[in-house]
Amino acid sequence: MLIGPYEGIDLRTLALIAILFVVAESISTVVLTGVKAGISPSSAVSLAAVVLVGPVGAAVVGFASCFSIRRQNLVKRAFNGAQFALAAYAAGHVYLLLGGTVGEPGREDFPALVLPYVAAVLTHSLVNSALIAALMWTLGAVRAGGPRGRFHWRPLMAVELSSMGYQMLGLAIAAIWGGLGLIAPLLVLLPLFIARWTFAQQLGEARAHEATLATLCQAVETKDYYTRGHCMRVAEGAAMIARELGMSAERVQKIRYAGMLHDIGKLGVPTKVLQKNGRLTDDEYAAIKLHPTRGYEIVREISFLDEALAGIRHHHERLDGRGYPMGLVGMEIPESARIISVADVFDCLTSTRSYRKAWSADEAITELRACAGTQFDPRMVEALVRAVEREGWETPDIAEPPGGCYGAKAAEESDAHAAEAAQAAEEVPVVAEAIADSEDPAASAEAVTGGRDR
Amino acid sequence: MMTQRQEGPRSSGPVLSGPEGGALSHQRPRGPIWRTSRPVSAVLVAAVGGGALAALVWTAATGFVEPYVALSFCLVIAIGELARITLPGYREAAPIASAGAISYAFLLTLGAGPLHHSAWQVVAVVALGVALGELPHIAVGRGPRVEDVARRVFVAVLLAVAFRPLAEQLGLSGPSVTATLLMAALAMLAWLADALVAAVLRAERLRTRLGVAVRDELRAQFAMGAAIGSSGVLIALACTVTGLAGLLVFTAPLLVSQMAFRRHAEVRRTYLETVRALSRVTEVGGYVENGHSRRVSHLSHGIACELGLAEAELLELEYAALMHDIGQLSLREPIAGGATVLASPREQRRIAELGSAIIRETGVLDNVAEMVRRQCEPLAGDGDEGVPPLGSRIIKVANAFDDLVGENGDEERRAAVLERLRMDTDSEYDPRVVDALASVLARF
Repeated sequence: MLIGPYEGIDLRTLALIAILFVVAESISTVVLTGVKAGISPSSAVSLAAVVLVGPVGAAVVGFASCFSIRRQNLVKRAFNGAQFALAAYAAGHVYLLLGGTVGEPGREDFPALVLPYVAAVLTHSLVNSALIAALMWTLGAVRAGGPRGRFHWRPLMAVELSSMGYQMLGLAIAAIWGGLGLIAPLLVLLPLFIARWTFAQQLGEARAHEATLATLCQAVETKDYYTRGHCMRVAEGAAMIARELGMSAERVQKIRYAGMLHDIGKLGVPTKVLQKNGRLTDDEYAAIKLHPTRGYEIVREISFLDEALAGIRHHHERLDGRGYPMGLVGMEIPESARIISVADVFDCLTSTRSYRKAWSADEAITELRACAGTQFDPRMVEALVRAVEREGWETPDIAEPPGGCYGAKAAEESDAHAAEAAQAAEEVPVVAEAIADSEDPAASAEAVTGGRDR
Repeated sequence: MMTQRQEGPRSSGPVLSGPEGGALSHQRPRGPIWRTSRPVSAVLVAAVGGGALAALVWTAATGFVEPYVALSFCLVIAIGELARITLPGYREAAPIASAGAISYAFLLTLGAGPLHHSAWQVVAVVALGVALGELPHIAVGRGPRVEDVARRVFVAVLLAVAFRPLAEQLGLSGPSVTATLLMAALAMLAWLADALVAAVLRAERLRTRLGVAVRDELRAQFAMGAAIGSSGVLIALACTVTGLAGLLVFTAPLLVSQMAFRRHAEVRRTYLETVRALSRVTEVGGYVENGHSRRVSHLSHGIACELGLAEAELLELEYAALMHDIGQLSLREPIAGGATVLASPREQRRIAELGSAIIRETGVLDNVAEMVRRQCEPLAGDGDEGVPPLGSRIIKVANAFDDLVGENGDEERRAAVLERLRMDTDSEYDPRVVDALASVLARF
């Protein structure tokens, strides 16, 4: 029962499909970042095998992926082969159960064949996901205690959905296999190569975008020695909160970018105001209050950010309505702004300023909790606390005043982004050496948390 | 048929920006329709429109053969048109509609016996589907770029006219190697013809060289064209076995391809928008005049098209032009008025190097960084590095022009500035670039 049926397998067809599968598998790629589960479009061929040579044949074809030409160690090859074989075998049996017939389908088989085939595709995806999840879980258990050991389901879902789209092509291969033989797969595989190429291009572009954005943000903050890396840390903090709240990957990304860009409007504030020691006059304070609006004006044309733009504009609003620029109250403040505001202040507190030492994460959390409800949304504060407890927080390691040798310290920073930020800040020649923080240099936490009312 | 796309900035005011460095949003309003500055586009649209109308009338008069098949394909084409996407370089495409049109032109049988729809009917069905799919877009004010729609119908016309009579003569009735090869060859030819037409239109729109435009279009449309063509042939062949159900099943994979294309285009667009937006930090910081970066970018784009730069180089030039002043961020005090052309050569060079260092930091824009670094070198270059890259020379001219003219320079001032630049062409500015600038300005 478990193995079989063997009858109706055309050996020539089986050999051709197996070769085809190995070729397709050899040129496939890891489609998305984040998930190292390379689900390749070649599974279309494996599904075609289900129709043409039945479950056992399909399992053989699936196992042939062991022989694909790419750099991979033996264990991985064996796992992949077994994974494909199992998935194809299960799909084949579901296909048979629902009344699918093995062999080259004829005109009379349609559209009756479509339903079993779709069921086979679903089964294939399910078994595949289950096996990958099991693998991930095992690996995760081995590496327990890693700082970012959370497994993200959404990217995997996206990969599964698009690969199911491609697997429908398997039916096309099977349908025209009889009339065309080997030309059929050529025709079918062409769009797959193209999609693969497009995905690769897209990944490259996305990385380039990220790098450019980060660099430009850092270029802007090179003016102020003490806020180096601030934008990247706020971006990470905001992303941590957004993830903790269970937002979609896309939204998390938007909020991350908004966090990166939140202070870009400070460029419009005269440097001498930003760097002033001592109390600010009303005019100077008014100039500082303009920075969220200025920032919004700069980035509002980046249509991709849409709702996260509000996060830049309103990141200095307070829940009790005493913030700026608009004095919004409570839940009038956009969600993204409430997130960025918490991340912003948390990073301010945990980094060194010209007038005080950095606070520890615990002290900062206590302060945030004290201000929750009046200044911050308690939901965001708690989300940050949970995320920081689980993943930790990389505090900036700048203890020495400008002029000190902080190159050695930068190397010690373990967080990749912080290291990058510090490096960037170090290599970009800075003419203006800033002394003071952009916020009012009064040494109380109240001042740092933006709670100065006038 | 006057297609003015207003994407991007809502409040750009006098700032020249928008798609293709503003080339699209800066078509002057014209008088009568027959005095267009873009005759090729007008002829194409008129010819395809007229042909489609004639086909519709003819088919309606003689009656549709196999109306259900025609209706199904018409619907798929309409849905594909509804889901059209914009590829990098502001190229509109509707992969599913195109694949549907191709497969309807190639459709031989649905299993029950040969189909006999004529080439006229194919054109009529495709035109109808495209029109149906565009209606909702037009209703919400997102009208298509008419010439791209015309090109999509044009491909269907070519294929239908070439394939339908041939299939009757050869007596093709099902999937066979001959039929497949014929279809593939025809699809490839049609793709080539389409790319050529697109190139002529692009050359006309951007006023760039035809040879360059052909290369750009072939490169830009290759992937999409191959995906559409092979899917079209595949659907036509698979439908002979599976019947109309296959039409739905086999459109799904193309939908995924389309999503990949769309995501890619989005990332590209976001990238450009980000650089455009962030190039304004120097303006907000009071380092340069309002709109300076964008005007320089727009001028550079015009000059580069005039000089025949390829699309990829145009993009890099646009980035470089937008960020050419970013080095000023590292200055303690803004230069008075922000006009770098008036600063001392040493100062200029330092700003260029600081900016270049910032851009190089990204790790992905090395060519851009190089252009920015050498933007203020004289024509012969500095030291032993030789002549600076063309992009740098273009930015140098565009930057000097904009610095000297300012935001609201009138005709007279522009002419005077151009004259001043011309006088410096033996040592400072590249004479070819200055000439190109003159012909760009003549069009404003």
